[in-house]
Amino acid sequence: MDITSRGLFTLLHGMGFGALYLLACSGALLELYRLTCPAVSSEFTAGQTRFLKVYLVTMAALAWAAVLTGAYVVYPWYRATPPMGTVDLSMYPQRLLISNPATTGWHSLGMEWKEHVAWFAPISITMVAFVFIRYGRDLVNHKHLRAAVLGFAAASFLAAGIAGFFGAMINKAAPVQGGPTIHISKGPEK
Amino acid sequence: MSPANPFASSKGPALTNGSAAAAMLSAGIGSFTLALLSLAADKVASIKSLLNFYKPTGPLSGVTTVAIVVWLLTWVLLEVVWTEKTVAAARIIVIAFVLLGLSFLLTFPPIGDLF
Repeated sequence: MDITSRGLFTLLHGMGFGALYLLACSGALLELYRLTCPAVSSEFTAGQTRFLKVYLVTMAALAWAAVLTGAYVVYPWYRATPPMGTVDLSMYPQRLLISNPATTGWHSLGMEWKEHVAWFAPISITMVAFVFIRYGRDLVNHKHLRAAVLGFAAASFLAAGIAGFFGAMINKAAPVQGGPTIHISKGPEK
Repeated sequence: MSPANPFASSKGPALTNGSAAAAMLSAGIGSFTLALLSLAADKVASIKSLLNFYKPTGPLSGVTTVAIVVWLLTWVLLEVVWTEKTVAAARIIVIAFVLLGLSFLLTFPPIGDLF
């Protein structure tokens, strides 16, 4: 069982930061909804408020880690230009995708959207974290702000979901690979 | 008419809404800047070249860096101006969401390709 170093960084970007962020979104949306909806809201204790502040800051850190590793670590490997005359494009995912009409859409639509839309997630959730830290329980006194915070958190979830979906599908069609191989475990001898 | 939140303070808000409105509008402006720059870099070769801050990442590096700078500068500026004020939050929030919505649309390639 082994993995290449590029595969490991792609895994860290997608599963370590991106997927964890998407999972965290459900908790944040629920807690922010509780704060927003009078029918189901329960009084936020100081401890719950503190926990949600830490939770939102952690989410913002995850979102930034996902886009920064994506743009500056994984994306350069994805868009690398092969030397003239290269026939095997397996180490050049972007070129591999656009070389086949059946897969070119994963780049021209998927990656082209993903590489930009993903950034709306950290921008939105950073704003949500800031507003919640600044206002805390006082947010229940601001009807419009409460609704907007929930809306931005949902938009952040949508942006991360689009990026995550296309990231997973693109990496399935043309995986980022290469670099030193890391051996995780050795199977039993046959 | 929706019922009032039973946990809202009877004394009213302790903070003005200006600071939150500044954060929301600047998030909308930052996102929209990113969408506009991505469109510009896609259509104009000189802008694409200008935004190529880090060659391995290409124009995406410039598009996102400039958008983040615009977002943070706008945020600081609006925060300074609005932090102690009560502003027309509903209208500002609508503008922020329109900008965010347009950003989603403009970065979607079939729509971006119309320009």
